[in-house]
Amino acid sequence: MCCLSKEKIMRVTTDVDTLRSEIRDKSVRVIDVRREEDYKKNHIPTSVNLPLATLLSDDAPERVVKLVNNLGIDDETSVVVYDDTFGALASRVAWTLEYLGHSDVSLLELTYGQWNSLGLETDTKVPSITSKNHSIKLHPEIMATVDYLEKAKEKKDVILLDNRERLNFLEQHIPGAVNIPYRTLGTSEKILRSKEEMKRLLENRGIKPDAEIITYCGSVGTLSGLAYYALKSVNFPNVKLYVRSFKEWKNLNKPIDKQENAHYWDLSAE
Amino acid sequence: MTISNLKQTSPDSKLPRVNWAKIEEADNFAKTVKLYRQGKIDHDNFRRFRLQHGAYGTRMTDDYAMVRIKIPAGEIYPTQLEKIAQLSETFSIGSAHISTRQNIQLHWVVLEDVSEIMRGLTEVGLTSREACGNTVRNVMCSPLAGVCSTEEFDVTPYAIATAKFLLRNPLNQNLPRKFKFNFTCCEKHGMARIVDVGLIPQIRELDGKKQRGFKIFLGGGLGNKSFVGHQLEDFTPEDDVLYTSIAVLRIFDRMGDRKNMARNRMRYLVDEMGWEKFQNLVLKERAIVRATQSVIVKLDVDDTPTEIKRPITISDTDGKPTPEGYSRWIKTSTFKQKQDGYNSVFINLEAGDITANHLHALAKICREFSAEGFARNGFSQDIVFRWIQESDLPRLYSRLIEVGLANPGSLTMASPIGCSGTTSCNLALTNSHRLAKEIQRKFLELKLDEDDDLRDSTIKISGCPNSCGQHEIATIGFYGGGGRVGKDMYPLYQMSLGGRSDGDAMLGVNCMRVPAKRIIPVILKIIESFKKNKKSEDTLSSWINRIVRGNENSEIKSVNDLKQILSPHIVPPTKEEDADFYLDYGSDKNYHTITGKGECAA
Repeated sequence: MCCLSKEKIMRVTTDVDTLRSEIRDKSVRVIDVRREEDYKKNHIPTSVNLPLATLLSDDAPERVVKLVNNLGIDDETSVVVYDDTFGALASRVAWTLEYLGHSDVSLLELTYGQWNSLGLETDTKVPSITSKNHSIKLHPEIMATVDYLEKAKEKKDVILLDNRERLNFLEQHIPGAVNIPYRTLGTSEKILRSKEEMKRLLENRGIKPDAEIITYCGSVGTLSGLAYYALKSVNFPNVKLYVRSFKEWKNLNKPIDKQENAHYWDLSAE
Repeated sequence: MTISNLKQTSPDSKLPRVNWAKIEEADNFAKTVKLYRQGKIDHDNFRRFRLQHGAYGTRMTDDYAMVRIKIPAGEIYPTQLEKIAQLSETFSIGSAHISTRQNIQLHWVVLEDVSEIMRGLTEVGLTSREACGNTVRNVMCSPLAGVCSTEEFDVTPYAIATAKFLLRNPLNQNLPRKFKFNFTCCEKHGMARIVDVGLIPQIRELDGKKQRGFKIFLGGGLGNKSFVGHQLEDFTPEDDVLYTSIAVLRIFDRMGDRKNMARNRMRYLVDEMGWEKFQNLVLKERAIVRATQSVIVKLDVDDTPTEIKRPITISDTDGKPTPEGYSRWIKTSTFKQKQDGYNSVFINLEAGDITANHLHALAKICREFSAEGFARNGFSQDIVFRWIQESDLPRLYSRLIEVGLANPGSLTMASPIGCSGTTSCNLALTNSHRLAKEIQRKFLELKLDEDDDLRDSTIKISGCPNSCGQHEIATIGFYGGGGRVGKDMYPLYQMSLGGRSDGDAMLGVNCMRVPAKRIIPVILKIIESFKKNKKSEDTLSSWINRIVRGNENSEIKSVNDLKQILSPHIVPPTKEEDADFYLDYGSDKNYHTITGKGECAA
């Protein structure tokens, strides 16, 4: 039993079959992070709704813990999060729980859209929830603030990952960052690539597990949240999310790099 | 099987007829990049290797590459379009670029990710091998081959067989310079005279029996100095096509200039030696090749006719009104096939750029509408669906409107060619790519695509003198450069007139230098002068043709006369009068020429 629970803690994504059996066993709390109106239309049976916007409107731990309590989650609850945005929004919610000190949280391996297209069961019922009591044991080692980032990124064994799309990266990025667009992380069927593929990709790019990795994206740490879990899925031990991301960096007038003397935007057919 | 293992597939997808891929090459590429980064392979050797595998350098950086995916004979299948869509989102900029040589290019790819693209391509049978470097590049074939009413026979199987014979063949791994084949359907639609080896099908009767063969043109090509190819002999029987190709490659390999990069395409060898001498050499070499092959080497021509099956129609348009713009689109973007009741549809893309979503949409539409089950990419940065039932055209048009790909004008002057220019190329001096898009938008806004007088004219733009935009075979062609007022620079283009690549192929005649921001008014002024002086049967192209050949007798008799009329439009304003004049398209910084090392000749 002890080994089993340990394995559970290591779980980054939960596959469809496992989730369905856990739902049957009532041994899981499923969080749907889509907008309330979407959730109300239908959702994965027994899931509760925590729209990402609600969480982000104030993600101070004291408030987050209240939200978590109201969803019937305590320190021991096994939590699975899903979205319909290639896993990025779910990642940001999962990461927030982890930061709060919740160890047993994972991402559904696919999106709600894919769940639907597989013809799996959905529900419109909103479960009644008994409020619980979650502790606050913050994990600062998975978060990067701007001050931390500024100092850390000068170190040799720290790699800064930018998970925005290529053209945005070329246009402006934090000096020294390496670009792995969020699309690289998943496939058309799963929110994350297979471990083997992910390892090969990171190895090709010279991103090694013994480095400290800080991920960031455009504004609130969603795309980079997915990258955080992508790295965790291949057992990178030291990954941090720069939650306030490029938006804060830019607002603070920190230095920015640009790929100069090329008009790459004109290659886009968007 | 658990549900999570289920994959959605499209059972109605036709499988590619040739697998061009080799998975080992992806692994090898990844390994070689690592060795290069570790300093174990020097820059020059790595560059040669990289180009051999179809990864081209990128403007002002060593960190990124452009991956050029070959589409031999232009045949591209729905699954391949989808894979390229996915790869462009994953590793590139979310758009792909359709080239003028039936390649599809992914730009701004991190060098370390190139091997992942190769890996993805192997899943759908595609390769980028020998798409760059000193090799035989993608073997081209007219997108109308097999459906063209003026062709003698379908050359597609010959183009594919040639590509199969040459890909990874030791014969062409280290040529003095790149080498290009073009199979054309007929005299009207081709580029046979402006490549190293160009072929046009013909049939002759010998002792009452019909025999297939070709007109073969050698030593043509566009570039810093361009040449029109020479016809080798009246008739080359089909059995001699491969021997001729081998003979020409062997001569070029042996005698081509390996030192002077600026003059080492085969056309310079032909020019220096003189055509007759070169022609004799080829004929002799061919006799030797034929005599010394230990086995009879033949092109593996798969003449099995493509299965033509009308896809099952799910809905019909009965009772629905024809969508707006339909007749304009039909007129300017479709081609009646020689097969009764079928049409080919040319999808108009801006300078060949297409988003991943659009590629997905085209794959779907192709499955749904094309009776041959695959698409082609053409010679003009476009995608072509063939074997479309005439009665399906309104529904197809509605679908294109839905996905945003229904722009008219792809078979008209309103669809200019623009090479990648300063969007990604090291050699570029101007943003030719954006200029092509700007001209297209203006032409469509003015509905010039509907003008029959302009229909057979073309506009082609290169960002430097090196002709990737094929400006020399355009009715109105441009190549980029820089101009100067005092110490201020501005982008400009050298304009040439009267180029063409058909049976009367000739290179455009230089006319004048036109500032980038004055190109559109100058083109419109040319059209206005044409309208004023044209004879009743004239098209813009025939009128310009007479002018450049000195056969015109109206008020504009020569290129010089035309220059006089246009010159008021090209006077540079001061910076205070018009600051925009000094900026290139797509740029908010004052123009100055910046180039890196090119790899066309590497």
